[in-house]
Amino acid sequence: MTGSTASGTMPSGRLRLRLEARDQPGLLTHVAVSLLLLVAALLLAGVVMMVAGGNPLDVYRSMFGAGFGSKWGLNDTLVKMVPLTLASLGVALAFRMKMWNIGAEGQLLMGALAASGIALFAVPPDMPQWLALGLMAAAGAAGGAVWGIVPGWLRAQFGVNEIISTLMLNYVALSIVQFFVYGPWGERGFGLTPMFERNTWLPRLTEFADQWSALRGLTLHLGILAVPVAIVLLTILLNRTKFGFEIAMVGDNPDAARYAGVRLRRTMIIVMALSGALAGMAGMNEVSGVVHRLLEHISPGYGYTAIIVAWLGRFNPLAVAVVAFLFGGLIVGADEIQSAGISSLLQGVILFVMVSGNLLIRYRIRLRAPEMLE
Amino acid sequence: MVEMRDISKRFPGVLANDRVDLDVASGSIHALLGENGAGKSTLMHILSGLYRPDSGTMKVEDRTVSFASPLHAIRAGVGMVHQHFMLVETQTVAENVVLGDRRLGFRMDPAAIRDTVAGLGRESGLEIDPDALIWQLSVGERQRVEIVKMLHRGARLLILDEPTAVLTPQEADTLFDRMRGMAQAGRTLLFISHKLNEVMELAETVTVMRQGRVVDTVPKAQVSHRELVHMMVGSPVLFDVTVPPVQQGRKLLSLRNLRVENDRGQTAVDNLSLDLHQREILGVAGVAGNGQRELAEAITGLRKLQAGTIELDEFDVTGSNQRRMIDLGISWVPQDRQHTGTAPNLSIQENFDLKHYRSARRGPFLDRAGQSRRAAALLAKYRVAAAGRHQPVRLLSGGNLQKVILARELSTELRVLVAESPTRGLDVGAIQTVHELLMEQRSRGVAILLLSEDLQEVLSLSDRVAVIHSGRIMGILPRARAEADTIGMLMAGVVPEDMTT
Repeated sequence: MTGSTASGTMPSGRLRLRLEARDQPGLLTHVAVSLLLLVAALLLAGVVMMVAGGNPLDVYRSMFGAGFGSKWGLNDTLVKMVPLTLASLGVALAFRMKMWNIGAEGQLLMGALAASGIALFAVPPDMPQWLALGLMAAAGAAGGAVWGIVPGWLRAQFGVNEIISTLMLNYVALSIVQFFVYGPWGERGFGLTPMFERNTWLPRLTEFADQWSALRGLTLHLGILAVPVAIVLLTILLNRTKFGFEIAMVGDNPDAARYAGVRLRRTMIIVMALSGALAGMAGMNEVSGVVHRLLEHISPGYGYTAIIVAWLGRFNPLAVAVVAFLFGGLIVGADEIQSAGISSLLQGVILFVMVSGNLLIRYRIRLRAPEMLE
Repeated sequence: MVEMRDISKRFPGVLANDRVDLDVASGSIHALLGENGAGKSTLMHILSGLYRPDSGTMKVEDRTVSFASPLHAIRAGVGMVHQHFMLVETQTVAENVVLGDRRLGFRMDPAAIRDTVAGLGRESGLEIDPDALIWQLSVGERQRVEIVKMLHRGARLLILDEPTAVLTPQEADTLFDRMRGMAQAGRTLLFISHKLNEVMELAETVTVMRQGRVVDTVPKAQVSHRELVHMMVGSPVLFDVTVPPVQQGRKLLSLRNLRVENDRGQTAVDNLSLDLHQREILGVAGVAGNGQRELAEAITGLRKLQAGTIELDEFDVTGSNQRRMIDLGISWVPQDRQHTGTAPNLSIQENFDLKHYRSARRGPFLDRAGQSRRAAALLAKYRVAAAGRHQPVRLLSGGNLQKVILARELSTELRVLVAESPTRGLDVGAIQTVHELLMEQRSRGVAILLLSEDLQEVLSLSDRVAVIHSGRIMGILPRARAEADTIGMLMAGVVPEDMTT
């Protein structure tokens, strides 16, 4: 070693990690790196479980079994997947344009609130089911959209940071829901509204048990149909329409988009409205398809998990849905093993590892001996 | 002072430095001359520790060195002042000078720091108020802060990357004086430039680079202006453009008393009026930062007018937004290709279509088949060197990126073209192509406003030359009367006596 040179301050005798840019990461790189990181995250979370005195292998086995191992487990996973997918698609849409919408939770709550309002006060018991559900879906989308438009407009008009505003609006939405379920719409102070009329329920599989006995007891509701529809529509919007092209432009380089004549403010507001509407639909699905009433804890944090799901799905609608399915199973599995912290631990670790490992897609790591530096 | 041997550096797709040798004598003022893209900056980034060479050796003051970061370089006495200053706007001059100085320890003694900074300023002739906040300073003053910062860190070799690019002529003169002073005091100065005049004025030794290689290193006293040009561009004639005589058409674009503000709310374009005709290239010459960018943005609808009117073909279009201006046939080749002109991660095809997608007659849907056909045609017609139309444009070289932009801007039904420094940073072949394309549009009847810092380019192409200074038009000269001397004076804000009529 040439310690006497001006570079003598350099650490000597150690291997150095260097990053090297990949020219154009392909699909294979994406998938391979994602799988690698998932394994790393499971290992890391496993270490935490071991420190806490658990056996990670047992934990993972029973979680997997609970989420995906049986008809019942799959049913529960799919039920959780519906709101998760819709909210995640909304988040992914906004993220595509680098609008950091952290407010899916609030948008979901406002959608649930608006749909519940329709169910409780605008639907007579003799209204046809399709009409009632249509009205609720529209109200849910509108409720979420409003909660997206507000921060979208603030950002477009005054440059208000949407990360902060959407996050804050989550708490506002929760407070509004609490006000209604404990107050004017509540039932004896339990934090929930009365049960909705039957014609506002999304049909469940078990209702078709007369024709197919295998469906008996399955709680999966028709809201699951919204998943493929949303994926297809969003894929078309993003890849085939002029508006989708504008989103891609703004997401990649807002200055170039402005230069190309894209009306930035308008685009921002519309995207936030659509993003919120999707989350709002998730809220509608929960009140109409699962609990049939509005309650304070209508969402176990779907809107927050959606951020992770959208990120892991790399904002691609189909990939987002796949991740949402896996995360649905994760939530079911964590419920099964009765340890409240496991689900959020895993979610957190997975996101952490994925975000930090993201650079592996753009770069490869090379080891270099210090000799080569001289 | 410096001995670089066999330095090579490759970036994806470009060999930026190809076995370069460079020797710099202690206490001299050494110029590194070359066109944009010749590899000057890369070489200096290697010398200052920002890049690491792929191969080759370096000695500074007879010691073999290898810099892993600029910190190592400055410890060896090599400091670089970048074109884009690296200062914290909300801190004082003194704070910026000592920022990141590891010798400082945990506790700061503001008074002592102030004295040191003020002392350094006096000593080097670069007086600046140590208590001034950076955002209050002019560009020239900020540059002084950068230089003082390097001196404070103990730079014995000072590298300046195009130090006059952002300065007014007066500021540049002062800087030259100070540089001479520092050289007399024993420091070594190495500056990057592509301006012949300042090299001839200031340097003792000149190293000329072209396409990643050193052409030659010569004492200034033994070389002529003409020879340097020859070394720089490799051919004796700078721009060989034939300007075919055409019958000028009717008035197409009329700017009346425009007033436009820059991003900081200062008046950048001041009561400016210009007329632009069909089949005409109106060149706007001026030092960068005299309102050219704001003028271009105002015409193309991106920047709000504070006052004045814009007429397009006798039709008032004042206050139209960018989208409308595009639809009215105003094309724009912006100066900043990466940040304004293209979306870097989108493909070549998508960048071709950045504006055109709206005209597809398919309701809300894109015409993907049409896009593909168009992209294939444009790729061939403009001879863009790329792996294919789906390649992201960030992987393209400067010249090819510019071809993508030109292909997009010239493939529409345009009436007016605003071209900002269209050949900046391009190699000679690409420059030729761009000039030919501009001439072709001129013949087709397009009215072209050419905003360029490159006087040679403006003089070679323009039917008329307007000179802009501090946002005002200092004078407009027909091609026959546009002489470099006159225009140079106007660019400096001086109206020659024979013009004051």
